[in-house]
Parts: sequence; C-alpha cells; structure tokens
Amino acid sequence: MIRPLLLSAMTAALVLPATAPPAEARNRRSGGKLLLTNGVSTVEGSAGGGLATWAVVAGNETRDGIGGAGHATLVALPDFDLETAGAAIGVNDRVELSYARQSFDTRAAGAALGLGRGFTFRQHVIGAKLRVAGDAVFDQDRWLPQIAIGVQHRINDRGATVRAVGARASRGTDVYVAATKLLLARSLLLDGTLRWTKANQFGLLGFGGDRRAGHGVQAEGSAAYMLSRRLVVGAEYRSKPDNLGFAREQDAWDAFAALAVTRHLSVTAAYVDLGDIATVRDQRGAFLSIQGAF
Amino acid sequence: MILALALLLQAVPAEEPVDPYPVSNANAGTTPIRDPALWRAFHGREGVGRVVDGMVDRVQKDPRIADIFKGHDLVRLRRVLREHFCHVLGGGCDYTGRTMRDAHKDMGVQQADMGALIENLQASMRAEGVPFHAQNRFLAKLAPMRRDVVQR
Repeated sequence: MIRPLLLSAMTAALVLPATAPPAEARNRRSGGKLLLTNGVSTVEGSAGGGLATWAVVAGNETRDGIGGAGHATLVALPDFDLETAGAAIGVNDRVELSYARQSFDTRAAGAALGLGRGFTFRQHVIGAKLRVAGDAVFDQDRWLPQIAIGVQHRINDRGATVRAVGARASRGTDVYVAATKLLLARSLLLDGTLRWTKANQFGLLGFGGDRRAGHGVQAEGSAAYMLSRRLVVGAEYRSKPDNLGFAREQDAWDAFAALAVTRHLSVTAAYVDLGDIATVRDQRGAFLSIQGAF
Repeated sequence: MILALALLLQAVPAEEPVDPYPVSNANAGTTPIRDPALWRAFHGREGVGRVVDGMVDRVQKDPRIADIFKGHDLVRLRRVLREHFCHVLGGGCDYTGRTMRDAHKDMGVQQADMGALIENLQASMRAEGVPFHAQNRFLAKLAPMRRDVVQR
C-alpha cells in the first residue's frame, strides 16, 4: 500500500518509546484489526461510539500499518438537523488524526430564534489522539484499560451569531483522556472519558458564556454489548457544560446498534436525546451514521 | 513382526521429531476454565477436534497467513492444538506441547497474522455451532498469548 518514506520515518519516531523491535524488522501492512474493535466514528470524527470518544484508534490497522476511517452522520431532531462528515487516519494503532465538518440546520426554529429560517451553524473539528497505555482487546488478563489522551480544536464559523447569544468565543479546544476496555469473556465493551471543555452544544453555540466563561470537566461514556461478531448494541452518556444564560443545556444520551456490514463498512443507528437546544425543548431523535474504514 | 510395525507406522501419520523440552501443563500459557457448561458448548472432545481441524484447514487456505504454515508439521500442530484447546476449555486433557513463546519462535508472526488466525478460529467455532458468548470466553483466554505469539 502507500509507503512514503517520510511518513514511515515520522511514524517510526512517534512509536519509538512504545515497542521494542526496530520498525525495519517488521513488514509494513494494512488491515488486521478485528471487526468493530476500532469502534465507529463520533460526530466529532474521532473513533468511539456516536457521542463518546473512545481510547481506540481509527482504522483497521495494527501496530504495523496505517489505516483510516470516513463517516457521514445525520442526527434528525424534531426541530434541528445535525449533519457531520469527516475522516480520520490511524497510524500504527497509536496515533489518530481526525477532521469533521458539522452543520447544524435550525430549520423553522431559526426564524423563531430570530436567526432566519434555515439558519445553519457550521463548525470544523480537528482532533489528535495518542494511545498511551494498554490494549483494550488483547490484554484480557489485566484490568488496565486502553488509555488515550487527545485534543479536539473546534472552529465555529458563525462567530458573530454565537457571540450575540452570549458565547465568549467562536473557537475552543477540548482536552480529554479516554479509557476503553473490552471485557471479552462477558462480550462487553466499556468506555469512560473525561473531557476538559467549554463548548456550548458541542461548540455549535460557541465556547464559554455569561454563566461560565472557562473550561470545566465533563464526563462521557459508553457500554456496548456484542450480540454477534458483527452486531453491537449499547448506550452512551455525555455530560455537557451549561454556560449560556439564555438557553440551558442538559446532558445527552443515546441507545445504539452498530452493524459491521463488511470489514470496511459499518452502519450505526441510535435513538439520541440531546435535551433542550437554544431554548427549543426536548430534542430527541434519530442518529444514523455510515462509516467506511480500511 | 518388523513388517507389521512398519505397516503400523505408515498407518498412523508420523510427527517430525522436535528438540526435547520440559513437558508441563504450565506450557499452555493459561489456566483451564472450569465450567462444564463451556465444555458442553464446544461439544466435548469431538467438538474441539472438529474446531481444531476446521481452523487448521482454513488457515492453509487463507492467503493472508497460509505461508506461515508451509513446511510446518501439521500432524503435530493438530495434536498439540487439540490438547491445548481441551486443556484450556476444562476438558481435562494434559498439554504436552511447547510454551507459546517457544512454539512461535522465529515464525515471524505479526499482529495482523494473529487477527487472521482468530478469524479462522471464529469461523471454525461458528461451523461447530459454538454460541458466540462461549466463543468469547475461550478467546479471552487466548488473547493475552499475543505477547508471546507476536514476536515482531
């Protein structure tokens, strides 16, 4: 597959502290991960569940290769639509670089909010994740989960509007630590993630606000049960800051099913509850996502 | 009588000799799961035999890893795998093979190869009708052996 020398040198430098044998002794190769053990794509482009980012690295690659994933997701709510599309690259099952483009269509609610019908918030999310310890899948004789640290930088391109509703900034950076463990003997996958963030509604309504300006710690997590090699069902929870005085924000949760149609294609469907968004109450609806991975 | 012995040796597929090593159940790399329900889920010794044969047949046809098994003593491999699986699944067999580290020495197994092997084992267990959750209990015992199996 693709083996640019420069990239190989870069990845070798990145994994030096991690594994003993020199990179030259191993054949570079693509693929090799077991089905669904790379999770799916979150709405932020990183590998995880739908809402919660996990410690797993995107793509089907092992420590010996480069992999990637792409996704398109629609969250259809009673009064809003959130569409995201993005891609992630996984290097040596150690480093993940991700990008997602989100658009949040206010539809008729936009007129009621004084923004104009169909007013759409748009946001870029650029992420990097580093696996620092453990192997979620293979370390079945240890309690240590797979642990990763990561950053997500968000750029909202409706700066004037988000400031007008009380946000302090149109850009923000999240820092998170994720712990993911497959309890294979119980066919159960658990994730717990702590996120240091100031994002209002994932950043779609800007960052910080009149109630709280700065970062705070939020928690997210997933529990997933494998019904078969290809089919996983589970639930997720994600707490969110409540920075804006004009529109209170609640925590989000979902119940999902993810199906690996093939090694390279999976689909996720979920019932998701995002709470109230921009004063519009009870935004519960459908989460539909398609992911490709190599 | 020598003729009879020669005929007998021909009838039973012979294993190639290996260097002597200390034989111990500790070589299995893990302790047995003591749950009769799991042993039944694998359909006992006959079922385990079919799972092993199915896996060895599959890996030889899997272009991702077939080369690793070329030139290997598959007669011995089938026997020690049967012992190993039976031992780990609580079937009461003794494992007489080498340690995971020694058995895989110089085979050059990469992480992706072990993934492919697991997929072939899963296919073989499915063919035997082993329920998914019983498969996972067994795989959870084998997974940590990656540290000894994957050597590059």
